[in-house]
Amino acid sequence: MSNQDLELVSVTKRYGATVAVDAINYRFKSDSYTCLLGPSGCGKSSTLRMIAGHESISDGSIVLDGRDISHLPPAQRGTAMMFQNYALFPHLSVLDNVAFSLKMKGTDTAKRHAEAREMLALVDLTDLADRLPDQLSGGQQQRVALARALITRPQVLLLDEPLSALDPFLRIRMRCELRKLQKELGISFIHVTHGQDEALALADEIIVMNNAVIEQSGPARDVFNAPQTKFVAQFMGGHNVVALPDGHFAIRADAVSVTAPTQGAVEGSVTAVEYQGTHVSVSARITGDQEVLALIPDTTFFANPYNPGDRIGLHWDASNQHKLIA
Amino acid sequence: MKKLRANPALSSLLMVSPLAAVLLIFLVLPIVLIVTVSFWRATEFSIIPAFELDNYAFLFGSPVTYTVFFNTFKYALITWACTLLIGFTVAYYLAFHIRTLTWQIALFLLCTIPFWTSNIIRMISWIPFLGRNGIANSTLMSWGVIDEPIEWLLFSDFAVILAFVHLYTLFMVVPIFNTMMRIDKSLIEAARDAGANGAQILWNVIIPLTKPGIMIGTIFVVTLVMGDFITVRFMSGSQSANVGRLISNDIALLQYPSASATAIILLLTVLMTIAILLRFVDIRKEL
Repeated sequence: MSNQDLELVSVTKRYGATVAVDAINYRFKSDSYTCLLGPSGCGKSSTLRMIAGHESISDGSIVLDGRDISHLPPAQRGTAMMFQNYALFPHLSVLDNVAFSLKMKGTDTAKRHAEAREMLALVDLTDLADRLPDQLSGGQQQRVALARALITRPQVLLLDEPLSALDPFLRIRMRCELRKLQKELGISFIHVTHGQDEALALADEIIVMNNAVIEQSGPARDVFNAPQTKFVAQFMGGHNVVALPDGHFAIRADAVSVTAPTQGAVEGSVTAVEYQGTHVSVSARITGDQEVLALIPDTTFFANPYNPGDRIGLHWDASNQHKLIA
Repeated sequence: MKKLRANPALSSLLMVSPLAAVLLIFLVLPIVLIVTVSFWRATEFSIIPAFELDNYAFLFGSPVTYTVFFNTFKYALITWACTLLIGFTVAYYLAFHIRTLTWQIALFLLCTIPFWTSNIIRMISWIPFLGRNGIANSTLMSWGVIDEPIEWLLFSDFAVILAFVHLYTLFMVVPIFNTMMRIDKSLIEAARDAGANGAQILWNVIIPLTKPGIMIGTIFVVTLVMGDFITVRFMSGSQSANVGRLISNDIALLQYPSASATAIILLLTVLMTIAILLRFVDIRKEL
């Protein structure tokens, strides 16, 4: 099974003098959901498009299933791509959109329509087979795009910001469906996103990219819990980055507790208090003019409330203090 | 003023009226006049207001009419095929092979340069080129391709169609290019992702999505060619005729009723042709 993996070997993309992706190495686990996460312009989309074959690679190679696919045309790679705006053919019905790749292969009409109907059943769209794409809602269009990509029986499905065009409510529903579908099909999904909540909710593994390189990668929980760089800590959110005498550290905001002024690890004064429902966020200024955020369960807070200006102590366990290498 | 605003029916009526007036005076009225005159009676020396079908009877009774209409359709069809082929290729190249917008605009403007001079001049400039001792013939003879001048280069149907294609190809390029520019480039990537090769992408994605542009270009070219008379006269050396020349001859002979009747039949023919074309493609999306 292990040679079914997709592997990037010092993959590089240059546009003239600018380097969009700088010699990245990564081995994607088979049958897993991986999120490529990063701010816009970090190279995550270029990476995905290189895997798909819609962008030529400047250097390095992409290996899938033991084959070097770096220079194969998109359809021969064993990958399929779902585009950001879905890219459905506006002149074709839902059924013909899904059957498109079979038509290109020369499959006869009856057979390809039957297969396309099977795919539509998978994404729960059987009733809308004869509609045109612009008669569908955003969520339905996305399912069509998904069915169209899956009909090629890819080993790896590539999704380019698939949820960004949906409204927040639908986004959460679709991301459950994507996760469920990945489990059912047992193939790898590689999903590009700039939303860390989306990545955490979906991914087995997260790759955080910044400035054309991979900042950190690993299981979602590890990346969130133990960021290795300042960038990752700030990008994932929910972390304090604190400069202490022996270096920079990341400490999760919900791992910080408030104590009496003299009993904490550091002392500070409260600058802001915000009620957030389940939690209360307390911002405090500590020595060195640094801001530390503590997320305190609301019952704990209201048992012993503070106001801006109060002196408090801040405490955290040493195990929650992660040293940053950059 | 307040009262006027309070009456939406009146204010919208007033807003429509300038365009309505222009159309009424410059489109409807002339056509009504032509229709009226087409029923008048004409003799060698006088035109008498009347209501009779003599002009139409003569028109439909004369074998010349059918030859001339056939010629008109022949020119329209061949010109259409040539301009479509050239226009589509040019638009395709501009829209899909030229990467930067700056170059697309620059090359597009280059296509319009011939339009900086008048139709007549562009037409006449073919004459020294195609003539019996013209540049084309002398070049071919000096290369040894031919031994004596080709006669059919000038003052022939070939010359007429060549001039038509030269004059009207841009009318095909513009709407097709416009439609092609609106095609989402990710559709082409999606097609490639689904395993389509270049020809399959062209046939299954680009051509279907370009149809409205092709149809608008077709309407331009067909109506322009069917209504033309000067190109046919110059380039055929008065040896061929289309409906436009029939009308212009009648006018030269002051046979206005007969000219009107022919014009009405031509108008109806063109309208029917367009109606048939529109059955095939819905161009409303484009407008």
